[in-house]
Amino acid sequence: MLSLLQCYSLIPPIFAPMDVELLARIQFAFTVAFHYIYPPLSIGLGLFLVITEGMFLYTKNQIYHQLAKFWTKLFALTFGIGVATGIVMEFEFGTNWATYSKYVGDIFGSALAAEGIFAFALESGFLGILLFGWNRVKPWVHFIATLGVFLGSMFSAVWIVVANSWQQTPAGFHIVGEGMAARAEITNFWEMVFNPSSVDRLIHTWTGAILAGMFLVISVHAYYLRRNKHVELSKKALPIALLVATLFASFQLVSGHHSAAGVAVNQPAKLAALEGHYPSNSKADMYLMGWVDQQNERVHGIRIPGGLSFLLTGDFDAQVTGLNAFKQEDQPGQVNAVFQFYHLMIAIGIVLIILSWWGIILWKQNKLFTSPRFLWILSFAVILPQIANQAGWFAAEMGRQPWVVYGLLRTSDALSESVVASQVLFSLILFLIIYSFLLALFLYLLTKKIKHGPELHLQN
Amino acid sequence: MISYDTFLGVDYPTLWYLVVGGLFSGYAILDGFDFGSGAWHLFFKKEENRRIALNAIGPVWDGNEVWLVIGGGALFAGFPVMYASLFSSMYVPFMLFLVFIIFRAVSIEFRSKEPMKWWRKSWDIAYSISSIMLAFLLGVVLGNVLQGIAIDENFNYHGDGFFDFLGIYPILVGLTTLSLFTMHGGIFLLFKTEGRLYQKIRMYLSKSIAFFILTFATTSFYTILFLDHLTNRFKESPVLFVFPIVTMLCIANIPRLVKKKKFHFAFVFSALSIAFMLGLVALELYPTLLISTLDSANHITIYNSASSSDSLGIMLLIAAIGTPLVLGYTIFVYTTFKGKVIIDENSY
Repeated sequence: MLSLLQCYSLIPPIFAPMDVELLARIQFAFTVAFHYIYPPLSIGLGLFLVITEGMFLYTKNQIYHQLAKFWTKLFALTFGIGVATGIVMEFEFGTNWATYSKYVGDIFGSALAAEGIFAFALESGFLGILLFGWNRVKPWVHFIATLGVFLGSMFSAVWIVVANSWQQTPAGFHIVGEGMAARAEITNFWEMVFNPSSVDRLIHTWTGAILAGMFLVISVHAYYLRRNKHVELSKKALPIALLVATLFASFQLVSGHHSAAGVAVNQPAKLAALEGHYPSNSKADMYLMGWVDQQNERVHGIRIPGGLSFLLTGDFDAQVTGLNAFKQEDQPGQVNAVFQFYHLMIAIGIVLIILSWWGIILWKQNKLFTSPRFLWILSFAVILPQIANQAGWFAAEMGRQPWVVYGLLRTSDALSESVVASQVLFSLILFLIIYSFLLALFLYLLTKKIKHGPELHLQN
Repeated sequence: MISYDTFLGVDYPTLWYLVVGGLFSGYAILDGFDFGSGAWHLFFKKEENRRIALNAIGPVWDGNEVWLVIGGGALFAGFPVMYASLFSSMYVPFMLFLVFIIFRAVSIEFRSKEPMKWWRKSWDIAYSISSIMLAFLLGVVLGNVLQGIAIDENFNYHGDGFFDFLGIYPILVGLTTLSLFTMHGGIFLLFKTEGRLYQKIRMYLSKSIAFFILTFATTSFYTILFLDHLTNRFKESPVLFVFPIVTMLCIANIPRLVKKKKFHFAFVFSALSIAFMLGLVALELYPTLLISTLDSANHITIYNSASSSDSLGIMLLIAAIGTPLVLGYTIFVYTTFKGKVIIDENSY
């Protein structure tokens, strides 16, 4: 026994301060962030497949058929990993966050049940036909299957975002029991579903997902055009993806603004953290970029004085609640990180708007397919929505801290009491190894499929 | 004591208990045959045969796994206290389960993407081992639930060590689910294959059935001898013995139908056996969900772990609307891909 203790003391000091809470948070953040690479791609590519298959049915042009078949293969790759890594979070609620599960079970129950039965089953049920049914069913039946998969993935997002939004802005419930036995019980299903932030956040999430998928399509076909490969196909695919991307990138600005206005009303501490606004009640600046000095409670950076006040109220001198209006223990711990993630997301959002409009203008001038430099930029653009989606979620979730259910349940109170640090360390290391391996494989096969390109033979 | 609404004289927690039981049975039947065919995978030596076996489950395995998500969600939704307690006390097996389920999905997805021999061989091994481990781990968790675990008055687990989930009984139940799924998957492969591969599976299937009957009998004896709390209900009301007897008859029917080459019926009966065996488990436990080995006052039951009556009511409504839909497109997918496996350019 003594020797075992001695062994433990040899563990590098980095692990010493690591308690269960920190490990469990790292594990959840890591597994959910990794998972979130894939579902947005599935949603966005799903929409692209629906469009191309629809165009094929409408025009009978084989090019659209080939496009759909090619992108189905890439879709399959992302979907497979998405499902496998998605089950992890559902399990982690129970394994690592048992107290949280007991607390929210009554509320999440119906949302999860609805997701499983309406969305996930639809998605996975029709997936078999989408992937393997090309020669087995009529084209219009195949189109219906593709539509089913796409709608399923959209519905999935509905219930997940509803559940997460309830954690941000709880509604339609009451608290039963006290202390450790306290839990939320549903009082009004529709109030729970349409809690103050669900609709804004759902639209924002959907739009981000569609951008992720469209920019993958844009990147791949820009790459082909630059290399003079699959030109005919790419000349059809690129404008479609670009048009959809332009529409949604522009719309994201409206959706983002609306979402932020909602945060100001419902989660003032989070809003204050997003802009690093400390004074308890004063006009608030908006930063284009900056660095939050948490010690001295101020931000260094480029700012628009009164910008935040103006965006929220239309008045540059309007007062905005700052972090100091909240007790220390009710403020998010990582204000600078929240600030950085939030600003990174916005910066990328703006870059995407510029890129997509620029592309549309070139297309209108008939220069899109012959601008090597622009195509070069586009072929790397795929990474941008991915980073923005991740950054947005990190800002949203870290901004919610120290609460797991805003204002009701603290993250530190939400853990599993019977799980110890060594167990979480074990699983975390396991996930780190497997996911690195998985990511490497995914990128390898994705690159390979892209390099191989669509099948050249025309059917019939 | 909170009072619950009733429907046709049955209270909501009991109804939801039946829903969860139904979902778990559905999951065991569906993912059971694809775990099972994974367990067979390394017995097939030829590349072509391995591809046929893999593509037999190709279009459906993903949909089958959805039942796990829905079943888990239903347990979380209806009995959050049970969900929290079970998952946190069985931390290590559930984490291993996740690892294997990821590996399995990835193996199916990636195996045929490269032509190299070492590539395919490595994924084949990963695929088969993860299928076997998943079938085993499901049984291990079930074994722990049946045997009971050390939970205190706050329903928190007091374990002793990393591997305390591997007791004798859980291992026995694990071997039973493994052998059951292997048999089930073998029968499924029989009506998906032809020629030499089909002959080979037929040859091994009798051994697989024997392996199942052996593990099932051992586990049953152990249960009768050592786990009184599970058998008391039957001793009190002998009429309930109808259930184990029907289960036995179902199982006995499988080798008979295989011999007569009625594979579809054999598959139906092995599916029924799975459902009846889980039905037996449900009957043995009800209304308890998780037995505390520390104190019978700490048992988690469907009443002390359930969500509110309102919440259960909404969920029952959702299930009532959704279930026909799910069954509808599940049947549609299965009929689209019925018959022997055909490998085309879309296959794995």
